[in-house]
Amino acid sequence: MNRAKTSTLFKIVIVLYLFIIIFPFFWVAVTSLRPEAEIWGSGALQLKGAAFTTENYKLLFKTPVLNSLKNSLIISTITTIYVTFVASLCAYAIARLDFKFKKLLTVIVLVTSMFPQMIVIGPIYRVFVQLGWTNSYYISLPYSNITLPVAIFILITHFSQIPKEMEESATMDGSSKINTFFKIILPLAAPGIFTAAIIIFIGAWNEFLLSLTLNTNEAWRTATVNISFLRGQFEIFWGQVTAATVVVTIPTLIIVILFQKQIVSGITSGALKE
Amino acid sequence: MAGITLKNVSKIYDNGFEAVKSISLDIVDGEFMVLVGPSGCGKSTTLRMIAGLEEISSGELYIGEELVNKVEPQDRNIAMVFQNYALYPHMTIYENMAFGLKLRKLHKNEIDKRIREAAATLHIDSQLDKRPKALSGGQRQRVALGRAIVRNPRVFLMDEPLSNLDAKLRVQMRAELIRLHNDLKTTFVYVTHDQTEAMTMGSRICVMKDGIIKQVATPEEIYNKPDNLFVAGFIGSPQMNFFKGRLIEEGEEYSLLGNNDEYGEFRFPVEIEDKENVRPYLRKEIIFGVRPEHIKFTEEDGLKAQVLVTELLGSEVHVHLHVQGEIHTVKTDASVHIKAGDIIKVIPACDKIHLFDPETEKALI
Repeated sequence: MNRAKTSTLFKIVIVLYLFIIIFPFFWVAVTSLRPEAEIWGSGALQLKGAAFTTENYKLLFKTPVLNSLKNSLIISTITTIYVTFVASLCAYAIARLDFKFKKLLTVIVLVTSMFPQMIVIGPIYRVFVQLGWTNSYYISLPYSNITLPVAIFILITHFSQIPKEMEESATMDGSSKINTFFKIILPLAAPGIFTAAIIIFIGAWNEFLLSLTLNTNEAWRTATVNISFLRGQFEIFWGQVTAATVVVTIPTLIIVILFQKQIVSGITSGALKE
Repeated sequence: MAGITLKNVSKIYDNGFEAVKSISLDIVDGEFMVLVGPSGCGKSTTLRMIAGLEEISSGELYIGEELVNKVEPQDRNIAMVFQNYALYPHMTIYENMAFGLKLRKLHKNEIDKRIREAAATLHIDSQLDKRPKALSGGQRQRVALGRAIVRNPRVFLMDEPLSNLDAKLRVQMRAELIRLHNDLKTTFVYVTHDQTEAMTMGSRICVMKDGIIKQVATPEEIYNKPDNLFVAGFIGSPQMNFFKGRLIEEGEEYSLLGNNDEYGEFRFPVEIEDKENVRPYLRKEIIFGVRPEHIKFTEEDGLKAQVLVTELLGSEVHVHLHVQGEIHTVKTDASVHIKAGDIIKVIPACDKIHLFDPETEKALI
């Protein structure tokens, strides 16, 4: 196959993929602006001449959605900060230091990321009940269960790409290991750290099961869980659910838009002779 | 400033590979010592052990009077320049040079003074606010040097610092490094695989192979009196020609006798200084070596051979000959007209022939 054909095929695949990803969101966004009566039926996706309303949003903000957003924001931020910190140190040790059972440790990290959450949630719940940590921001701790392994793996890749000479050069300059880590390695791994932080944040933001199980009190619910409670005895308020979905998606969108430069930037260029 | 002493230093890696085999070396204070050898000879490992970046498996390493086997690299007060510069890309040139000084808690004014001085010496004063990315390869290497200079270290270690530069820049930087060494009068340990760099820069050269030191001597001595076959072949470009032959004694005179296949026997006179030393080798097969510039064309008796290729280098010509199944080179001036396919006769200068034991590969004279 020649290059032009491959590139056309590639474009078609990408367009299809984007359509599959974006269409549900588009649908949700449109639905959130339609009166409850017009959500269903053949005219559901019709934009022309359709009645639009902000009623769903007004109703939504009468529920504790803002409080749940605040909870999500606090929990996700705490998770992002401490998991990024722990993951950086851990990934650096695995990428650069020599110690016994390094490979085993790496495998264990990988394995834990593969445990279905269903398996760990029972024990975590028991521990939380006994410590009296349910309905609190301590939920950030088990969030590392879903975010830490991924973050460690992203960062191992980034740390390994930093030339060893950079550290050796700092060592010869008189820098201690920990100083080198903070002054040389972290700035150089910044794109990786941003990527990891964003993935951690989004992972924590989207988390549902732990939040549903551990923070049962309405005051401590996170946004994702809150959406699932937007229902009456006999019906689901689809208008409000879609409006809440839009509201919950906005912070992650903002983050990605704000930080995409840092993720992509090639900060290490010029360090070494390529 | 300080000298460096290695006493039976070895490096054995975890996988059992012995990169450096019990070497002993005295590097005199203020000396420009060049470690040279082919890839994998252990020269970089030796340098990294001096730096403290590799642990020493056995033996003792002294910097000055101090035993430093267990001293952390940051406490050895030595500076190192890496092959790929290893500049910190997120810092400006100024910050790059200041990094080590700040860690030593020097006063801001002192740091500034040292950086400005070093930058002036290395002609990078106008680059101080830029980042490494904006600099050319040569400038980056200067920054790497500058970062080492400002620290006033006891010893400078350099790991093939010029090998990433283009040929012209390399020649220029070579001269600058020599000048720098003359100015600083600090001990330099310089690793290279390039024998030209070794010859031009070193006060002494340490030739290594397979983790062993083959010879340590001044460039002149290494060139004129190589200790063994390896050193003789490694130093000098084009490399020394080696022939097989027998040494015979005729009264007070000595001759080398050999056979060059279809062109028959050859015989040259050879001057022997230490007659006692060569006595056991008389009439036995030995290896003898002659540098390309010590072979002359002759009309009289000599070694007959066919010319394979001639290479004109401007002022001189390298004539490649086929002798004893191998290619040998004769260096001659460009006025000599010889072309490929010619059958010619050559004779080596009788006082410039090196004799080697074929088994131990040690030099006989």
